[in-house]
Amino acid sequence: MEAKLATPVKYDMDIVRWFTIAACIYAVVGTLIGVYVASELAFPFLNFDIPEITFGRLRPLHTNAVIFAFGGCVLMATGFYIVQRTGATKLWSNTLAWFTFWGWNLIIVLAVITLPLGLSEGKEYAELPWWVDIMIAVVWLSYGFNYIMTIGIRTTSHIYVSNWFTMGMIVMITYLHVVNSLAIPVDWATSYSIYSGVQDAMIQWWWGHNAVGFYLTGGFLGIMYYFIPKQSGRPVFSYRLSVLHFWTLTFGYVWLGAHHLQYTALPDWTGSLGAAISLAMIIPSWGGAMNGMMTLSGAWDKLRTDYILRFLVTAMAFYAMSTFDGPVMAIKSVNALSHYTDWTVGHVHAGALGWMSMISFGAIYHMVKKLWNTEMYSDRLVNVHFWIALIGATTYVVAMWVSGIMQGLMWRDYDEFGTLTYTFVESVSAMHPYYVMRAVGGAIFNLGAWIMLYNVVMTVRQASAVRGVNAVAAKA
Amino acid sequence: MSDHGKFYSTKFQDTIERKTVLMFVLTAVAVAVGGIVEIVPLFYLPNTAMCQNDPTCNNTQHKDLQGNAIPMDKIVWNPKTSAHTTLPSLANPQPTDWQPGDGVRPYTALETAGRQVFIREGCFLCHSQMIRPFRDEKDRYGHYSIAEESMYDHTYQWGSKRTGPDIARVGGKYSDEWHRKHLKYPRDVVPESVMPNFFFLEKNPIDAVKTTKTLEVMTKMPFNPVPKTIYTESYIAGAAKEVEGKTEMDAVIAYLQSLGNHVKFEEGVNYRD
Repeated sequence: MEAKLATPVKYDMDIVRWFTIAACIYAVVGTLIGVYVASELAFPFLNFDIPEITFGRLRPLHTNAVIFAFGGCVLMATGFYIVQRTGATKLWSNTLAWFTFWGWNLIIVLAVITLPLGLSEGKEYAELPWWVDIMIAVVWLSYGFNYIMTIGIRTTSHIYVSNWFTMGMIVMITYLHVVNSLAIPVDWATSYSIYSGVQDAMIQWWWGHNAVGFYLTGGFLGIMYYFIPKQSGRPVFSYRLSVLHFWTLTFGYVWLGAHHLQYTALPDWTGSLGAAISLAMIIPSWGGAMNGMMTLSGAWDKLRTDYILRFLVTAMAFYAMSTFDGPVMAIKSVNALSHYTDWTVGHVHAGALGWMSMISFGAIYHMVKKLWNTEMYSDRLVNVHFWIALIGATTYVVAMWVSGIMQGLMWRDYDEFGTLTYTFVESVSAMHPYYVMRAVGGAIFNLGAWIMLYNVVMTVRQASAVRGVNAVAAKA
Repeated sequence: MSDHGKFYSTKFQDTIERKTVLMFVLTAVAVAVGGIVEIVPLFYLPNTAMCQNDPTCNNTQHKDLQGNAIPMDKIVWNPKTSAHTTLPSLANPQPTDWQPGDGVRPYTALETAGRQVFIREGCFLCHSQMIRPFRDEKDRYGHYSIAEESMYDHTYQWGSKRTGPDIARVGGKYSDEWHRKHLKYPRDVVPESVMPNFFFLEKNPIDAVKTTKTLEVMTKMPFNPVPKTIYTESYIAGAAKEVEGKTEMDAVIAYLQSLGNHVKFEEGVNYRD
């Protein structure tokens, strides 16, 4: 064991560098499209009577861009980074990793082309046409296979906890994607799900909640378990808690999707079961959040000077918050109010902006410094990015919570004559200020992504310049 | 100094952490359970509108106040037992054509084409098609939705967000002319609306070949396919004529007008269990 570790391992880090840069670019693009679609709801003239940029076609592009382009590149960058370093080994196949990189980016390009053209399968977060679904399966498996094989050839004795989460995520996404995407094509542009009605609804939310949730939870918990200890220089607070966190979450998370279908035509037991497990999930989620937070025990002072750590810890706070928000919304009586409203959108963005983006930003900054063996071009800009991201995320989430609850209350309100107080359209116009506020919050958050891209690009340029100078010096 | 021989949890957990394949297999099993428990029964239990080759739809029994079960052919249209035996046709209307209240039927050729446009434009992102059993939803939208009503919806369209109102029972609520005006320029009709203008639908003709192929696909679905007794050979052969000269606007309006009026709901019947 020790003998093996004594020989330094040359990691395959170019692939990680490319995925990291791609992630920075997609963070800008994905949130920018988000700001645009949010603005369309506030100011409908922004649809500009151009079919390709109407809300209904751009919104799937926003969700796909942030989840699969930004989130996906972060997961692949961090995944390949962590699996090599914790296993003290190169990738099983560097070539296959490059296939994953180009394949994944090709899929993203195809999404940018097909979604505005209206090639939608009509399933949320699974809109892409059937032949792109096949490509996703192939590229995803190439990632998963390479990842698991790399775990297999590790030179350390145990598999590190981050890799459990990422492996669980890879397996689960494979199931969900394959089962949910089964469809019969009519032609290259259109296909229809083989399921219908109740069964399709359940399968769709089994995918919709669990894929998005586990993709943006499982994989990102892998990030947390590696980067928080690394950045803070402290060991994971509790190993036993991480064992508990992993198995309970892995087993339990996949049951949650049914809570999206409370009071629908789905049999009641299914939604109730989903709600019960959702409530139970508070325990592992908070256990995990505590585990991340408490890792800083004895290093809390670092928050004053270490801006990257700020991102990571704030992410844990948002993780704890949205894993409380979610189970509460799964309770039937709360769901009766919150379902169909902006509250759901607020919940998703508390997770996406507060938890998953923050931990990604922290991980990206950490990796950029290591990958290019340099300091950040500007630490001040990292701090500026942190505050901007926090203000943007909070503005967004607060706007949606308020508008969501208001919507729900307006819809169910009765006047003294026993008739509905508000027409539907009155609730629409009441949303306007909140939709503006949301767009502003999103724009602030997007500005932060631009700052990160600029800072990362400048850091890489600075690192290359230093390398160039050294090379010249060496010759002379 | 190495402490790799020491257990920090249990021996079993320690073994899992040392063996890649074991961890992979156990993880694969753990993440599969929830889906199996929640999804598989929906193909076998009553009240899930699985009516494939089974007129009782997995023994679904909606009971009235006296406890008598409503025959399922009152809810799901069966041309063999109904007084009306043919799918409604705009090109060639017959007195035997299906009437609202005859039970859930598959979409006509024109409605199918309209539904495709509906999905393409992402309408479901803002308009749900699932009315919940609450007083305010009944007052606002009508009777709560039941499973059978979406049994032919390959890719269900229940939605998850109401930026606009629910449209599960919009059929027959407004005139075709209202829909045409509203779809073209929503703010001409409802000034506060935030819906995009869909005026361009009027310029796009319906693709008859694609519509015909879609009907064929619907009969080939492995679960809940449209019965061959409804999409007969001759109906599919006549589909092109049904959509001849129609625009996407006509098709979407036909689809919207078909929503929610298939079943004649009776007072006092519990349609949820």
